[in-house]
Amino acid sequence: MQLARVIGDVVATRKDENLVGIKLLVVQPLTPDHQPTGRPLVAVDAVGAGIGEEVFFVRGKEASFPFYPVEAPVDAGIVGIVDHWDIE
Amino acid sequence: MLLAKVVGTVVATRKDPRLVSNKLMVVRGVDPRGNIEGNYLVAIDTVDAGVGETVLIVSGSSARMASGLKDCPVDAAIVGIIDAIEVGE
Repeated sequence: MQLARVIGDVVATRKDENLVGIKLLVVQPLTPDHQPTGRPLVAVDAVGAGIGEEVFFVRGKEASFPFYPVEAPVDAGIVGIVDHWDIE
Repeated sequence: MLLAKVVGTVVATRKDPRLVSNKLMVVRGVDPRGNIEGNYLVAIDTVDAGVGETVLIVSGSSARMASGLKDCPVDAAIVGIIDAIEVGE
């Protein structure tokens, strides 16, 4: 899983029927010191995250597990909102 | 998932039988502001996208969960047509 900040949202009317009702957010991966790293990507939201929040997301088929038994065609999903993190 | 712009189509007569009657598109990654960046990619279209549209791409094994692609040998599928992207900051 990877730390990221939610920086935007995506609206798509025409989409796979198993994506209906699922929120699509743009996330920017972060380094441990909260700096952007790498390209932004689109992740589905399973926890009610909002723009500006720091979250962690899972990549791969596992991103669809929160929507089970619906097999949502997704490869990145937000599974937690981070309150804070500490690096020693 | 990736944001991408559809930039072309692919025609292939000889292909895996499970790919028959699927539409193949050439897409290229875009950033959230719509600027083209990144590599060209061939993706199966499951939502009737057209050239010039901004789309949502699912890649890896998840692509097989797109409508009609169960057990198909694919690793990228177009699963949505983007109407709007709103980016803060």
